[in-house]
Amino acid sequence: MDWLVLSDAEWMAILLSLRVSSVAMLASLPFAIGIALILARGRFWGKAVLNGIVHLPLVLPPVVTGFLLLILFGKRGPIGAFLAEYTGIVFSFRWTGAALACAIMAFPLMVRSIRLSIEAVDRRLEQAAATLGAGPVWVFLTVTLPLVLPGIIAGMILAFAKAMGEFGATITFVSNIPGETQTLSSAIYTFTQVPGGDAGAFRLTIISVVISMAALMISEMLANLAVKKMDAA
Amino acid sequence: MSLEVAIRHRLGAFSVTAAFSADKGVTALFGRSGSGKTSLINIIAGLLRPEDGRLTFNGDVLVDSEARIFVPPHKRRFGYVFQEARLFPHLNVRRNLGYGRWFARHAGEGADFDRIVDLLGIAALLNRAPANLSGGEKQRVAIGRALLSSPRLLLMDEPLAALDEERKAEILPYLERLRDETAIPIVYVSHSVVEVARLANRVIVLENGRISASGDAATILSAPSPAISRREAGTLIEGTVETSDVSHQITIVRAGTLRIQVPHLEAPAGKPVRLHIAARDVMLATSRPEGLSALNILPGTIVGIGQAEHGMVDVRLDCGGVTILSRVTTLSRDLLRLQAGKPVHAVIKSVALDL
Repeated sequence: MDWLVLSDAEWMAILLSLRVSSVAMLASLPFAIGIALILARGRFWGKAVLNGIVHLPLVLPPVVTGFLLLILFGKRGPIGAFLAEYTGIVFSFRWTGAALACAIMAFPLMVRSIRLSIEAVDRRLEQAAATLGAGPVWVFLTVTLPLVLPGIIAGMILAFAKAMGEFGATITFVSNIPGETQTLSSAIYTFTQVPGGDAGAFRLTIISVVISMAALMISEMLANLAVKKMDAA
Repeated sequence: MSLEVAIRHRLGAFSVTAAFSADKGVTALFGRSGSGKTSLINIIAGLLRPEDGRLTFNGDVLVDSEARIFVPPHKRRFGYVFQEARLFPHLNVRRNLGYGRWFARHAGEGADFDRIVDLLGIAALLNRAPANLSGGEKQRVAIGRALLSSPRLLLMDEPLAALDEERKAEILPYLERLRDETAIPIVYVSHSVVEVARLANRVIVLENGRISASGDAATILSAPSPAISRREAGTLIEGTVETSDVSHQITIVRAGTLRIQVPHLEAPAGKPVRLHIAARDVMLATSRPEGLSALNILPGTIVGIGQAEHGMVDVRLDCGGVTILSRVTTLSRDLLRLQAGKPVHAVIKSVALDL
């Protein structure tokens, strides 16, 4: 069973992938909740445009998304240069850039899941809370958020799984540097490009399948739980 | 304790215009569905913003369209019991009850938890989830939740409409206790004569978004009105409990000079009660009938006969100073030669007066 033992470089890729995916998932969560809330509840001009922009990474070729990120967030890009100068955050060819690419790619999935569950909330419950003395912020925190929670968790897991599998945008934006930007997917790609790399690629593939499968199953379970709760109400 | 309402609101082609005041006791907004009752109560609650008008409570201005004042619902401290209980599905009964109480305590007030739980008979439900409650239990918890928010006014929008007859009968006594044991004014929306007859002190009749009549319950419910369906038309009699026959479970209610026998009414002597006598439950006889199971045979005089409608007429009687309405067919009217001034006997089965 020697072929199942992971090398240091492979471990590094796995841990980096987990870190990149976790950061991508957590950092985009507040934005996803905000955007989902606006899309589910807001009525304003340009809502269709906002919806389109959010979903763009889902339909664009990942390479295109990566290239756009490179232009905008690269060292000389307008946003990248600004952030580097005023906050010290650098994206290009760093693991943070990989996290950004993954977050952007996973964003539509997360927003979609949260939005659907916000739309399923019975607004009459929020009215009831208001008549009981709860202001809008309290209504959101004590009624809306708990009812949306299963959708948020499902969205997070889906986003995490998507981030684990992200390849095109990441490799375009931050390249494939072992220890810095070489994620699970990039590592598998690298293995397939060298002679005799099949065993390594296969090991990482198994791990990738296990992680993705677990994420999907948990997400499905939570979605079912949410539906049951809504029905019971 | 007085709510003053004078508002106008348009919803598409329909508009609601109403001006009234409500103080201690139960004020019923009564009318058929689509008459604007729910819009009106939502305006009072602050869930709907009226286009035009003024709303004050104890001199506190809540809405004033001219001064651009609109106090949001959470700052009005009006409890609201909805047609569907609207309990929070993610909280158990105890936490649902505590929800409004928490905000009220923040404002320096807290209603007496144990007393209200006891009043509504929900002590055994405290640790249950709303999903596991029956319709009647849910509604009682919803009433408790509203009461525990220490409301200055209680709004109820057809709280019994979604329940079957048995559940209604289960909750009505609690609502009566609420009216009699708390000082909170109640605005009660309903289209049911039975509920309004039992609960309301004052009735405001709404038709097509306008107030068509208002006044004390006995006067309004005894007058013919398009808001009252044909099957429910009748008279409301206010009386007091005189004596009870325990062995037969019959109670005698005195109204004026009349003594009316009512089944299964557990109440101490002297307690005021209301009897709604539906016109269709009252028979007429030109001579005193013998050998009849009906216990109430009341001598009286015909005061007037209404217009014939669908082959039926409403005959208005004066029985010892109390007005009673009887509905008979036009055929009976002609056979018995009923006309104003004719002495008759009104026959009412006690069973028809089962509250």
